[in-house]
Amino acid sequence: MSAPTLSRRALIAAGGAASGLLLSRRAFAASKAKLRIGLLLPYSGTYAALGNNITEGMKLAAREHDGKLGGREIEWVAVDDESDPAKAPANVNKLVIGEKVDVLTGPVHSGVAMAMMQIVRQENTLTIVTNAGAQAVTGSLCAPHVFRTSFSNWQTSHPCADVVLKDGRKKAVLMFWNYSFGQESMAAFKEGYAKGGGSIVKEIPVPFPSTEFQAHLSEIAALKPDAVFVFFAGAGAAKFVKDYAAAGLRDKVPLYGSGFLTEGVLSAQGQAAEGVKTTLHYADSLDNPTNHRFREAFKKATSREADVYAVAGYDTVNVLAQALARVQGDTSARKDLIAAIESVRVDSPRGPFRFSKAHNPVQNVYLRQVKAGREVVLGVAQKDAEDPASGCAMAT
Amino acid sequence: MTLSLFALQILNGVESGLLLFLVASGLTLIFGVLGVLNFAHGAFYMLGAYVAYWISERTGSFLAAVLIGLPVMVGLGWLIEKLAISRLYARDHLAQVLLTYGLVLVLNDLSRALFGSEVHGVATPAALSGTVALGEAQTWPVYRAFTSLACLGVAVAIRQVLLHTRFGMRVRAGAVNGEMVEALGIDVRRLLSILFAAGAGLAALAGMLAAPLTTVYPGIGDGVLIVSFVVVVIGGIGSVKGAFLGAMLVGLADTFGKVLLPGLSGAIVYAVMAAVLLFRPRGLFGEPAEAR
Repeated sequence: MSAPTLSRRALIAAGGAASGLLLSRRAFAASKAKLRIGLLLPYSGTYAALGNNITEGMKLAAREHDGKLGGREIEWVAVDDESDPAKAPANVNKLVIGEKVDVLTGPVHSGVAMAMMQIVRQENTLTIVTNAGAQAVTGSLCAPHVFRTSFSNWQTSHPCADVVLKDGRKKAVLMFWNYSFGQESMAAFKEGYAKGGGSIVKEIPVPFPSTEFQAHLSEIAALKPDAVFVFFAGAGAAKFVKDYAAAGLRDKVPLYGSGFLTEGVLSAQGQAAEGVKTTLHYADSLDNPTNHRFREAFKKATSREADVYAVAGYDTVNVLAQALARVQGDTSARKDLIAAIESVRVDSPRGPFRFSKAHNPVQNVYLRQVKAGREVVLGVAQKDAEDPASGCAMAT
Repeated sequence: MTLSLFALQILNGVESGLLLFLVASGLTLIFGVLGVLNFAHGAFYMLGAYVAYWISERTGSFLAAVLIGLPVMVGLGWLIEKLAISRLYARDHLAQVLLTYGLVLVLNDLSRALFGSEVHGVATPAALSGTVALGEAQTWPVYRAFTSLACLGVAVAIRQVLLHTRFGMRVRAGAVNGEMVEALGIDVRRLLSILFAAGAGLAALAGMLAAPLTTVYPGIGDGVLIVSFVVVVIGGIGSVKGAFLGAMLVGLADTFGKVLLPGLSGAIVYAVMAAVLLFRPRGLFGEPAEAR
C-alpha cells in the first residue's frame, strides 16, 4: 500500500511544470473533488441529542485533519431521519441517489438501519454505521462495503448476563422497547443468562417510544425478582430510571442494562441513577490519554460533555482519514479502500479497536456503575468482545 | 393479578388520566367555544415543562417555578391569541390547522434553540420526593399522589367556574351558540382571549406538574397532544365533563392494556375511542348535530 504514496511524494518533490503533466488523471481528480459524506441521523425527536453528538464528534475529528480526508475537502450532506423507519427508504435514496454521497454514515435507530441496508447493498454504497446496533448489519446482511464503528446489540448486552450472575442474582425481569434493538439486546442477555443458570421471571415489552412505565413498575414490585435488566435509550432511559427510583424499586431490586440506559442522560436522571450497573464499550471516565484529549476537545468545541455517540462519530472520521490517506482520497479505488479500512487500527477514546471479518469492532466491553453522579468503570466485563456475526458469510 | 395489584393499577390509571385531563380540558374548551383546532396545545405543555425546568434550575424551587411560570405562560397564550389565533375565527379548520401546526414547529424549534436538544431532568421537590408504602411489596411516589390531588383540585375549580360564575355561564353559552351570545351584547372577543389564555395555562400547568415525573426535551408535547385529542373525541367536543370521563377512560385503558396485553398496548387507547364512537358518534357528552 505504500507504493502509491511514495510515487506521489516523488512527483511533488519533482515539482515544477512537469508535475502537472505527470500527475495521473485519477490523482488529479481526487485532489480536486470534495469528499461528500452523507449523514443519515435524527435531528429531531427522542434521539435528536444522539444525532447531534454523532455529528459533532465527526466534525471534531474532521477539524483535527484540517477538514480534509485523503487530501479531499469534506462536504457534509445531512438528512434528518427522524428515527422513523417508514421514512428511511426515501431519506436513504435522497443521500445515495439524489446527493450521490461518496460515503454514507448513520443512523441511530436500528429500524432505520435495516431499511438503509437494503438500499446500500443494492447501490453498493460505501457505508459506515455510526450507532445502530442491529445484529443484521454485520450479520445476515453483512457486506464488504459496509462497516460499523459503534457496536452490535449483542456486545452491549451479552456481557451483562455474567455480571448479574456474578452478583448472585438468578431471577430477572426483562423490560425493553419493543423494536429490533430491544429485542436483540434481550435475546443476547437471555442466551448468556440461561447458560449461567439464571431464569427469566417475566418479559415486558413496551412499544417504542412510549415512556409510561408506572403500570409495569407496579407489576415488577409485585413479582419481586432479584434483578431487572432493561433496554431503553435517550429520553426514555432518563424517564425509566427516574420512574424506577420514584417507585421505590431502586433500593429493593438492582437495575442493570446495556450502557444506553445512562449514556448521555445521566445528569437528567440525577440522584435516581445511583448504583445502576451497565455494560458498554465506552465510559466517560475511561482513563486513557486519547479519551482525555478527546473529551477536552469536544467540550471546548460544543461546551457539552462527550458521550459514546460522539465517540462513534469521532472514530468514523478517523477510520476514513486513515483509510483514505492510503488511497490518496480516491474513493473509486473501491477494493483498495475497503482493504485499507479492514486493516485500520483505531486509537479510539474507548481504547484501541479493529474490525472483525464481519466489519464490526472487536472491542472491550466495560462494566460501569453510577456513583455520586459519575459513571465509574468497575472493570472490563468482556475483553476484546467479538460479535458472533451469525449469518454473515464474510465471517466464516 | 392479585386484588391489591389490581387496586394499584386502578390508581395508576386514574393518576395518568388526571394529568391527561388537565391538557384535554383546555383543548376541548378551545375547540368547543372558539371552534379552533389547536395543534399548538401540546407545545404549551412542552413550554410549561421547559419553564419549570429553567426556573427551578435557577431558583432551586419548584414552587417558585410554578408560581412564576404559570402567569408567564398564560400571558404567552394571551399574546398568541391576540397576534395569531384571533385572525382565524372566521376561517375554516384547514387554515387553523396550518397556523397552529406551524406554531408547533416554531415553538419546538424555539425550545431547541433556547435549551438545546438534550434531555433535561427536573428534580422532584424535596418535600414530595418520598414514597408511600402500599401493602407489603408496593410503594407509590408521593409526588404522583400530589399531582393527582392537584389535578383533581383544578378539575373541581374548572367545574365551579363553569357552573357557578358569570364568566362560566358565558363560556357555556358560547359553546352552544356564539352568535347569540354576541347578539346579547357580550364582548365575545374578550371572552375568547381569556379562554384561550386559560387553556394555554392549563396545558402549561400540566407540563409543569409532569416535568419532575418525566423528562424535558423538544417535542414532548406532541405525543400528549395526540392522546388529548383522543380524550376530547371520546368525551365529546366542548364538554369538560366529557373530557374528564374520557381522560379517566383513556388512563385506565392504557394502564390495563399495558399490563394485560403488552403486545397491543399502543393500540388499546384507539380501540376504546373507536368503540365509543361506534355507539356515540359525537362522543360521550357531545351535542347532537342539530343543536349546534
